[in-house]
Amino acid sequence: MVNAIVNVPAQAKRGEVIEIRTLARHVMETGFRRTQLGELIPRDILTSFVCTYNGTEIFRAELYPAIAANPLLTFTTVATETGTIAFRWTGDKGFSVTETATITVT
Amino acid sequence: MTTRREFLVLAAASVGAAGTAQAQLDPNLAAQRKAAFEAAIRRVVGDAPVRPGKVKLDVPPLIDNGNSVPLSVAVESPMTAADHVKAIHVFTEKNPQPNVVSVQLGPRAGRARLATRIRLADTGNVIAIAQMSDGSFWSDSAEVVVTLSACLEEGLI
Repeated sequence: MVNAIVNVPAQAKRGEVIEIRTLARHVMETGFRRTQLGELIPRDILTSFVCTYNGTEIFRAELYPAIAANPLLTFTTVATETGTIAFRWTGDKGFSVTETATITVT
Repeated sequence: MTTRREFLVLAAASVGAAGTAQAQLDPNLAAQRKAAFEAAIRRVVGDAPVRPGKVKLDVPPLIDNGNSVPLSVAVESPMTAADHVKAIHVFTEKNPQPNVVSVQLGPRAGRARLATRIRLADTGNVIAIAQMSDGSFWSDSAEVVVTLSACLEEGLI
C-alpha cells in the first residue's frame, strides 16, 4: 500500500513555475469525536509537512485537525535545477513518511 | 442486526453519555469559540492590523458534507526576494479549534497559491490571512453554509 502520492512534472524549463500536488494516506482523527459509548477517540493527525528541493526547504505546512482525512496539499515552486524534490510528513504517534520525485530541468 | 440485549446496553450507555455531554456543553460555547478564533488570529498577527485585499480565498458557498471541503488560497504578489508572501494562515470561526492550516513559503514558490481540503463543523466564516515579507497582513474571508457537519457531536451549538 502506498502511503503517499506526489505529482511533480518530470520535465520543466528553467524558471518555469511548476505545480506540485501531494496526497498522504492518513485518517486525521480529530480528537473531538466520541465512540458509541461516549469515550473520546484520541487525536491522531499529521502535524507537519516539509518539502525540500535539492536539500533546500521550499515549502512547509503546519496541519491541524481541521484538515480532511488523506491530506491533499497543492502548491507551486520555480524549477531551478535538475534534481530531487523530497517530501516528508510527520504526525502524532511517531508517524513519518517520506517520498521523493525527480525533475529534469532544461 | 442488533439483538435486543445489545440494543438495551447501547441505549443505557448512550443515555449516560448524553448526560455527561450535556454537563460539558457550555451555554457560552459560541462566545468561547469566537474568543478562541480571535485569540488564534492575534497569536499569528500580534498587534499588526489585518487589511482586507490581495488575498483570494476560494471555497464553495454551500457544502453538503463538512468532512471534506475544497479550499484554495491565492495571494497577489510578485514573489521576488524583496517582496513575497512569507506565510498563509487559514482559520475557521465555528470549529472546536480555530486553526486549519499554516504554510510557510518564500520567493522560490514562484506564485503564492495553496489548495487543500478541510473540515468544517458548522456554518460560519472561513478566513485566510497572508503575511508579506514587509510584515503587513492581508486577508479574505468567506461565509460557508454547511448542511452536514464534521465532528457532529461537538459541532452542534
